[in-house]
Amino acid sequence: MRQIFVIATKDLRLHLRNSTLLLFGIVLPLGLAVLFSTVLDDPGGGFQARYVVADEDRGPAANAFVTDVLGALTAESTFDVQRVAAATEATRMVDRGAVDAAFIVPAGFSADIAAGRTATLRVLGDVDSPIAAYVAREIAQSYATEVRGGRLAVAVTVAGGGRVDDPAGFAARVQALPPPLTVSAGSTADHELASRTFYPAGMAVFFLFFVAMLSVSTILAERTTGTMPRLLAAPVRRPTILVGKLLGGVGIGLVAMSVLMVSSTLLIGARWGPPLGVAALVTALVLAATGLMALVATAARTTEQATGWMSTLAVLMGMFGGTFAPLARVEGLAVLSYATPHRWFLQGLTDLAGGDLRAVVVPVVVLLGLAAATFSLTLLRIGKLVRP
Amino acid sequence: MAEVVLRCEGLRKAYGTVVAIDDLGIEITEGETYGLLGPNGAGKTTAISMIVGILARDAGSVTIDGQPHDVHRTATKRLIGYVPQELALYPDLTGRENLHFFGRLHGLSGRELRRRGDEVLDVVGLSDRAGQRVRTYSGGMSRRLHIGVGLLNRPRLLVLDEPTVGVDPQSRNAILDNVRQLAGQGMAVLYTTHYMEEAERLCDRVGIIDSGRLRAEGTRRDLVTMLDREDEVELLADGDLAAAAQALAELAEVSAVDVREAGLRLLVAEAGPNLPQILATTGRAGVTVRSVQVREPNLESVFLHLTGKALRD
Ligand SMILES: Nc1ncnc2c1ncn2[C@@H]1O[C@H](COP(=O)(O)OP(=O)(O)OP(=O)(O)O)[C@@H](O)[C@H]1O
Ligand SMILES: [Mg+2]
Repeated sequence: MRQIFVIATKDLRLHLRNSTLLLFGIVLPLGLAVLFSTVLDDPGGGFQARYVVADEDRGPAANAFVTDVLGALTAESTFDVQRVAAATEATRMVDRGAVDAAFIVPAGFSADIAAGRTATLRVLGDVDSPIAAYVAREIAQSYATEVRGGRLAVAVTVAGGGRVDDPAGFAARVQALPPPLTVSAGSTADHELASRTFYPAGMAVFFLFFVAMLSVSTILAERTTGTMPRLLAAPVRRPTILVGKLLGGVGIGLVAMSVLMVSSTLLIGARWGPPLGVAALVTALVLAATGLMALVATAARTTEQATGWMSTLAVLMGMFGGTFAPLARVEGLAVLSYATPHRWFLQGLTDLAGGDLRAVVVPVVVLLGLAAATFSLTLLRIGKLVRP
Repeated sequence: MAEVVLRCEGLRKAYGTVVAIDDLGIEITEGETYGLLGPNGAGKTTAISMIVGILARDAGSVTIDGQPHDVHRTATKRLIGYVPQELALYPDLTGRENLHFFGRLHGLSGRELRRRGDEVLDVVGLSDRAGQRVRTYSGGMSRRLHIGVGLLNRPRLLVLDEPTVGVDPQSRNAILDNVRQLAGQGMAVLYTTHYMEEAERLCDRVGIIDSGRLRAEGTRRDLVTMLDREDEVELLADGDLAAAAQALAELAEVSAVDVREAGLRLLVAEAGPNLPQILATTGRAGVTVRSVQVREPNLESVFLHLTGKALRD
């Protein structure tokens, strides 16, 4: 056990001194993520919502809604919120299809809330933009739950359609919703991550497989650098050597992922979700990536062949797993994408953005299963990697 | 009677149809340095790989300090220090980090590890470069560190596979001195080389290996005697050379005497112990000896005799 850590720490130290590995593990993914998220504003023209708000009340409660709730939304590139002076103007914009939905705060809104009377916040949705309208409704409803002191009703009208008023349905949804200010594109709508999170995540998982490839190829490199005979002659069992080296690879994978997540949060405002869920997801992913690459390496006859196969697989899985385009865009390949750890990781992150930790259970189990299977098979084929 | 540290019997290894080692048996006792001398491809590395437990053998047995040893035995591996033929270091670790890593694998830790590491650095003369990455070392420095790693665990059996290849004569002498010193401390040393001079200088006993088989084994003297060839003594001398030649020819140990232009050439069964008598005899004949040169038949000639090949290509 101790020797596993001796080998893993040695490898981790060497990985941290390996500039190729750091280039692939950190510099490239971070650089590309920053580039993509600035140049291509939203991944593949995904979900976008244009809203307008008419504040005819101008009281404190109205102001809280307009500034805190809608203001926070505009920080997300997914949302665009304009202000207009009058309800009539807002209504006209929805009718023309210039915006997806309008929020109308009627005069007397703040006073009603303050007095404990029922106040009404109106949401007017464009029938041609059902999703954006739905999101608008949820946003208003979330705010309604926050205003606990007063009683607030949300009246929803769909322009061109009938009145959609379903208090029971709302109540159920409201229970499931996170606190109002965490409303984001990821938690509702069509399950996509905002670009500032999607690109770092996609690049991180894509390049993680190259990190795994490079760390696994150091097992083969121990032979070319002549150190393998010395490891074999030391009083260490062969599985210990293999597990130690794989663990070193897992270590550098975790380091690379952590650095990427922290720096993309700081540089481009990526939001990864609840730390516990993200940690579980990332650990499972790194284990799976390392195991998969190691198993591929056991099938190769030479180091060159092994790196060739590993890099091809990393590129193919990255493409099919949806690391370049959001998952919702790869309709035809959706089934194929489930064969890649990439897809499971991104899926997990997307579901996690809704704030529910339970969302990662399935992706984590799938990834850990893949890791367990590939590690076991690699150990069974240990003679292909750890040999004189 | 010194204890036997390494005993191997009937070792055999074939790669496909190539039999790399066939029926190899070696015994090395405490404090003894055993040289395995053979040309490229003779099977030296293959033999050593089976002995240290890197390579599974097809047949035969190995014991270290009387305990059975094979690829899976970690207890006996603790007793072995191994210096592979190829440089086996991590270029991106410093000298000290390399030593500490391999030391930890051998079960050293804490203060003991640091102390052994420093001792070894001192022995191989790298204390002042210990904090630098091995990538920055010269070839000879790397070689020295490479050998140092094999000494870390104070092995009972030190196995060195051609440790002086690619090393300048100065470093080479230092390495040979180190090995001799270690053997002096009671280690058993197994040393392979294709340098005849090294084997002659360093080893108590030599095994001559060719095409996977041990052709002959013994002290240098044993091997040379087996060759049944005499030492050649050349005297540079002035005076009545003919008279001296006649007197020398009567000595039992001298089998032939030639008078040359500036001296005499003798064939003697064993030059060393007979030299005083030879010099006394020439002196009595009124001949002044200016210089003496003794040429003993060497392992090179033994090798040539045994295999019909030169040691080096
Ligand atoms: N892995 C291998 N596969 C096939 N043949 C091998 C292998 N290793 C060694 N051999 C063969 O076994 C024979 C002995 O090789 P070995 O390396 O033991 O020789 P050596 O005496 O150490 O030579 P050198 O002085 O060049 O190091 C050679 O014919 C070599 O080609
Ligand atoms: Mg060799």
